[in-house]
Amino acid sequence: MAEISYIQAITAAMNEELEKDENVFIVGEDVGGKGGVFRATDGLYQKYGEERVIDAPLAESAIVGVSIGAAMYGMRPIAEIQFADFILPAVNQIVSEAAKIRYRSNNDWNCPITIRAPYGGGISGALYHSQSIEAMFNNQPGLKIVMPSSPYDAKGLLKAAIRDNDPVLFFEHKRAYRLLKEEVPEEDYIVPIGKASVKREGTDVTVITYGLCVHLAKQAAETLAKEGIDVHILDLRTVYPLDQEAIIEAASKTGKVLLVTEDNKEGSVIGEVAAIIAEHCLFELDAPIRRLAGPDVPAMPYAHSLEKAFLIDEDKIEKAVRELALF
Amino acid sequence: MDTKKITMPKLGESVTEGTINSWLVKVGDTVNKYDPIAEVMTDKVNAEVPSSYSGVIKEIVREEGDTVAVGELICYIETENEQESEQAEQKNQPSTGNLKERPIETSDETSMRSRYSPAVVKLAGEHNIDLQSISGTGLGGRITRKDIQAYINSGKMDKAPIKEKETEDQTAIYSAGGKDNEIPVTGIRKIIAENMTRSKQEIPHAWMQVEVDVTDLVSYRNKIKTEFKQREGYSLTYFSFFVYAVARALKEFPEVNSTWAGDKIIQRHDINISIAVAKENELFVPVIKGADEKSIKGIAKDIYQLAEKARSNNLAPSDMEAGTFTVNNTGTFGSVSSMGIINHPQAAILQVESIVKRPVIINNMFAARDIVNLSLSLDHRVLDGLICGRFLARIKSLLENMNEKNITI
Repeated sequence: MAEISYIQAITAAMNEELEKDENVFIVGEDVGGKGGVFRATDGLYQKYGEERVIDAPLAESAIVGVSIGAAMYGMRPIAEIQFADFILPAVNQIVSEAAKIRYRSNNDWNCPITIRAPYGGGISGALYHSQSIEAMFNNQPGLKIVMPSSPYDAKGLLKAAIRDNDPVLFFEHKRAYRLLKEEVPEEDYIVPIGKASVKREGTDVTVITYGLCVHLAKQAAETLAKEGIDVHILDLRTVYPLDQEAIIEAASKTGKVLLVTEDNKEGSVIGEVAAIIAEHCLFELDAPIRRLAGPDVPAMPYAHSLEKAFLIDEDKIEKAVRELALF
Repeated sequence: MDTKKITMPKLGESVTEGTINSWLVKVGDTVNKYDPIAEVMTDKVNAEVPSSYSGVIKEIVREEGDTVAVGELICYIETENEQESEQAEQKNQPSTGNLKERPIETSDETSMRSRYSPAVVKLAGEHNIDLQSISGTGLGGRITRKDIQAYINSGKMDKAPIKEKETEDQTAIYSAGGKDNEIPVTGIRKIIAENMTRSKQEIPHAWMQVEVDVTDLVSYRNKIKTEFKQREGYSLTYFSFFVYAVARALKEFPEVNSTWAGDKIIQRHDINISIAVAKENELFVPVIKGADEKSIKGIAKDIYQLAEKARSNNLAPSDMEAGTFTVNNTGTFGSVSSMGIINHPQAAILQVESIVKRPVIINNMFAARDIVNLSLSLDHRVLDGLICGRFLARIKSLLENMNEKNITI
């Protein structure tokens, strides 16, 4: 097993699926000769050629629309949206067409499309290059939204997404691309979509989060362990539909729950998690459910100090967990 | 004057250490808060370390060129103003320190003392716990779910404190006359009185008694007792056989090994037998834990050790916790029949009376047999005659079948 980065895990997953199934192809802006702006498709154009790694014009609606058509025809497209912020022109295609086709056609048609997009801040990208957009899609039955937190999960989940017979939105935190490294098997494996994962066992406070925030929570947990505060971490992995069973179990474990997201607080994915806990775990709760999220401002600021103020970091998680532990 | 530590600050994300390029101050220099005191180089940035306090540099711990991890001590500073330094200290250390030590610091804060979370209320209800009797380690003295769990695990709830309200008023009615001897009720006597009153007032007692023929058991025990004592150093009492039989029967009748809990009955999984040990005017009730898992010899040893501890005042609270059923050796005093008061909150108590030679009729002939009465007091809320009758019959059968051939000590 080799230690690879988050983005290398993404590339490896696509490479293996392109190799395995001739129906798989990639389409997106700069994914061809350039290998993607983050280099996620590095080397794939050279290996599989221009018919399977297709440079698209700057038109997200077309990237997704073409993919949907191909998918309904039996192909397995991987559509790359260069930055998640750019997905908005394609929303009609994703929500009205991809998400609904199986239902609308009474199961005659389906749409095995994977839409990859880098999200999140922390790279001085400001607005247009830093947003979290998962909440816009998380009440659309027919869609699945996957947001992995580690190289291992990223590879296994992306392969599962490509093989899935329905549309999957696959959001990758762009700061995780080169920050996170771990040993990832070279042989074929998948991580199932729809299953959350306990990343750390603990007894004092439960942190439920997803994406890069899982990494930050793990770091905070190490520091807190030295103070005698034992943190339980649940990584949602799939943020829509949510793994209710795992959420209920994790919340009940400690009765003190901190929900973390980098997204704006109001209307975010973790609000739904809070609702599930409130519905099922009232008599297990020992403290009010607490949310730690970005502020409700229109976009990620550009100024470094303000970007830092907006973003979740391990110190903020540490402080919030400590307050809950002491409650 | 107060000496403070200055540590390597966090100089950026993912930066875990820095190298001290140069010190901008030397020992004895006076610095203001936020003045730069050292230049530090990391793999990302070069930065100045600001002083966290105003004061005089007292000692420089790390030299130029040293690579120091974030959070490690680099120098000591002597601050001028205690108040200011205290504030700074608090600001710099939002942590209240080790979670486990915290209750001591906040024990006098009680603003949240009677605000209960749903989890706490639920657990208290399930285990019939009086929340007033628990101290909280949470914010403002709040009782946390962990506090309740710790309390339940400690087994203390089996002897919840008793309210004293009525006993106080009665003292006026009974006043001692001239030649009377007035003995103040304190310590263990007081606890005995409270427990007995509580049990008798709360529990509707019912009684039942069976006669058991233990002739075979007596002859077997008499045969081996001397050798046993020599070999093991303690006596093989009859009582051990009775406790053994009761523990076996309890395993088959979990209804008897239970507790009344208001809206439900809790059947205990563990079989922990309380035994009464009297000492002058004191009465202790130590517990043989997991009695169903022990041999007769194991039980005899436990009884011997617990009695020794009671006599030498060495019983620990843990020796007397978590009992689920009581066996009382009233036979010691020559009693042949008695009605015990249940050891609250258990559901029953069994009195083992004296073994006496009695003429009984077997096959239409008189025979001299060793007979013992077993008297059971039961909590009629939990138990009825049917179950208790079967329970006693089972003990009777176990004891009557104990003979040289089939007992293993």
